[in-house]
Amino acid sequence: MSVTVTVNGAITSVDLPGEIPLLWALRDGLNLTGTKYGCGVAACGACTVLVNGEAVRSCQTALSDVEGQSVTTIEGLGTPATLHVLQQVWIDHQVAQCGYCQSGQIMQAAGLLAANPRPSPAEIDEAMSGNLCRCGTYPRIRAAVQDAARKLSEA
Amino acid sequence: MSRLGKIARRTFLIGSAAVVGGVAFGVWSYRKPLENPLTTDEGGVITPYVLINAEGVTIITPRAEMGQGIHSTLAALVAEELDLPWDQVRVMHGPPATAYYNSALLKEAVPFAPTDQSWLAETARDAMAIPAKFLGVQMTGGSTSIPDGFDKMRAAGAVARAALVAAASREWGIAASELTTENGFVLAPDGQRLSYLALAARAAEAPLPDAPPLKPRSAWKLLGTSLPRVDMAGKATGTATYAGDIRLPGTVFATVKRNPAQGAAMIRYDAKSAETMAGVIKIVPLDDGVAVVARTTWEAFQAADAIVFEWGAAPYAKTSQEMREQIAASFTADALEGTWRDQGDVGQPAEQTLEAEYTVPHLAHATMEPQQATALYTAGRLRIWAGSQAPGFARDKAAAVVGLPPDQVDFETTLLGGGFGRRGEYDISVQAAAIAKAMEGTPVVVTWSREEDMSHGMYRPMATGRVQAGLSKERITRFDFATAAPSIMESFGARMGLPAAGADQTLVQGAWEMPYDIPNYRVAAYRAPKSVPLGFWRSVGASYNAFFHDSAIDELAHLAGADPLEFRLAHLDHDPSRQVLRAVAEMSNWSQPRQGRALGVAYAFSFGVPAAEVIEVEDTPDGIRITNAWAAVDVGIALDPRNIEAQVSGAMVFGLSAAIRGEITFADGAVEQQNFWDYEPMRMGQTPAIEVRILESGNQITGIGEPGTPPAAPALANALFALKGQRARSLPLSKHFTFA
Repeated sequence: MSVTVTVNGAITSVDLPGEIPLLWALRDGLNLTGTKYGCGVAACGACTVLVNGEAVRSCQTALSDVEGQSVTTIEGLGTPATLHVLQQVWIDHQVAQCGYCQSGQIMQAAGLLAANPRPSPAEIDEAMSGNLCRCGTYPRIRAAVQDAARKLSEA
Repeated sequence: MSRLGKIARRTFLIGSAAVVGGVAFGVWSYRKPLENPLTTDEGGVITPYVLINAEGVTIITPRAEMGQGIHSTLAALVAEELDLPWDQVRVMHGPPATAYYNSALLKEAVPFAPTDQSWLAETARDAMAIPAKFLGVQMTGGSTSIPDGFDKMRAAGAVARAALVAAASREWGIAASELTTENGFVLAPDGQRLSYLALAARAAEAPLPDAPPLKPRSAWKLLGTSLPRVDMAGKATGTATYAGDIRLPGTVFATVKRNPAQGAAMIRYDAKSAETMAGVIKIVPLDDGVAVVARTTWEAFQAADAIVFEWGAAPYAKTSQEMREQIAASFTADALEGTWRDQGDVGQPAEQTLEAEYTVPHLAHATMEPQQATALYTAGRLRIWAGSQAPGFARDKAAAVVGLPPDQVDFETTLLGGGFGRRGEYDISVQAAAIAKAMEGTPVVVTWSREEDMSHGMYRPMATGRVQAGLSKERITRFDFATAAPSIMESFGARMGLPAAGADQTLVQGAWEMPYDIPNYRVAAYRAPKSVPLGFWRSVGASYNAFFHDSAIDELAHLAGADPLEFRLAHLDHDPSRQVLRAVAEMSNWSQPRQGRALGVAYAFSFGVPAAEVIEVEDTPDGIRITNAWAAVDVGIALDPRNIEAQVSGAMVFGLSAAIRGEITFADGAVEQQNFWDYEPMRMGQTPAIEVRILESGNQITGIGEPGTPPAAPALANALFALKGQRARSLPLSKHFTFA
């Protein structure tokens, strides 16, 4: 019943049934708690991770569907000591309030910038509108994503 | 303005007793009478707020970090007086302890408007601090953390600094008056220096000095500047720890399923099929529901859904319609909670009159983090990790449910994934304790499904407001405001086991203290029958009274044919309030006509903060779009402008979310909404650019978590009237307009 997935670059065996959503395999099976549960129905985006570089809702992705694939979580994007550009701009813009949705916001932004390195403001709004934030940090998220796009394209 | 209202059937027992007794007020003493909750095995403890050990200086913040940035600002208050560099500041939540009581929380419960700074009003407010200390209310809410902590935390830093200087003085044999402090060191005139870490043990040996004088504002280095938040890196890297993120060896995962009719019994349940499902470890019956413990949270969710229940019926009105009728029937002398304001004669004739009824529905907090807690019961001791706005209550209730004295419960407050008032409740802590006891020796993470969270809230009450007003010569000559809702304090107090502490002022909050100069002015509140569980929802009573009151002012402005913003300015008898209105007028270019778009303004006064907001709306082929928003607030003294900006902007989005689509409805006693698809907050694409201006009249310091919310709904409704000529007197606005 074990499923093999590459998680944050490491080939990882998860000893759980394949129908369990990736979200819970990460949180409860692998103790990667940076990915959050918000709604369980892909309505809030708190559980967003990258699968082969593409942003997906891990609450709606079965573990068996990512067998042999590459999953990146917020912990794999960067760490406090080695911040990813997105994490750095999130700090520069002081985006987070309660912070609970922010892992998902950052992973969604990572997926967006991988697919579209220079998104327009309207494209940012559209790509990020699946991610809810009850603290209302949207204006700062918007500014941070624009800043990250600029920094990544200059790099 | 300074008019003591008549309180009909209850009195402020706490406040009046203290006033009559002639209580002496002073700086809170750090040596007595409350025991320092930090024990010496945690390192060199100087005050309950400053801990110095091998890892550095840690500032203990007695308030919950739920997103409002309070850890950072409370720490900055201590660090400022302690001369501690910001990059060395470490912060942790304090344990539940009476030493961390919140004196500001009860201050608003005195019958004086916050604009009233007369001697009597101030004395009554100060007196409220005394019973708070006895009650030991360690609560985060009511935008009180900053008013409560402003002196207390600075004094804690100053005392700690003096103790460290005294220790250096003893060490070197140099008079303390010759020594200075800088960047975490005590400096001698000859250039030698000792770090706070090196001095901590000696400093903790001696009795603490009295609180020395605090720095004048002109000497502040940290306060008044925008500091990077201490929790930001953790929240940007997924390493911040919330209550459901605790992972100990052998951790298992649980969820609960409770009666959708809240407070009603569970008659029976059948868990036969659930018991045999994959991953299920144990079924634990609770008083009004069942918990499932499993290998993963998802397996617990699946099994909980497979349990067949027979539920008892709701002990309250079954439908929203019936609840609305109960409220409508409560505008009677018998149900009068009090008349908070009664000036002149509101029955006077007028040239033009307005008679309007406004209504708002129940609302859920819908924090992004559903209710979660982790607990471990082992060998007669309970550990709980929960994001709590009231850890003392939560610990005591959890202790009671497992039959332990509170001192055998270690309660650790984690970060909160949103609070907005919901996490002042203890339900999740009690459940986690009960489940942990049934799983002795095994750590259990308890997570509610979103559906459970949405349908088992402590809701913002449904309310109805009635206004009868008159105009003569573009002036409001009379304004008779009546508001009715079930009582939050009655519901909350019963859950907490608190004695009835007087009339429920939350019923009129945001209406009675409005500093309008209207000669004949009455504000009364009526208490509707108890129904579903109610709680504090960001800005509490002001969240609906501001909509009622300001909508009526806007209607009167239009009736008078006056500019709505100028009309408010002409009637406000409070300079800081006029200034916030002038600020939004300037920011929004208010008087500039705009093609295809319209502006609405609203003004509210809550938690001592005057707040004005202007919203710009546009009619598009897809529906109404909010194109711009401006807000101005006067916080008295701004400690961290960037964080204040975030709070005002976020509070506005919170208010707009509720105004546009927020509605919780009941059918057969149960909440109908289940998840974010049918209780949908604003999304980024609907959120306008928001510009915030912070004014500082400098009089009294205020909190800012809530005051940005009340003006949001009326500003939007007023803008929609300006755009479409249609007055919406009920929320949510999506029932009247189509939004893009």
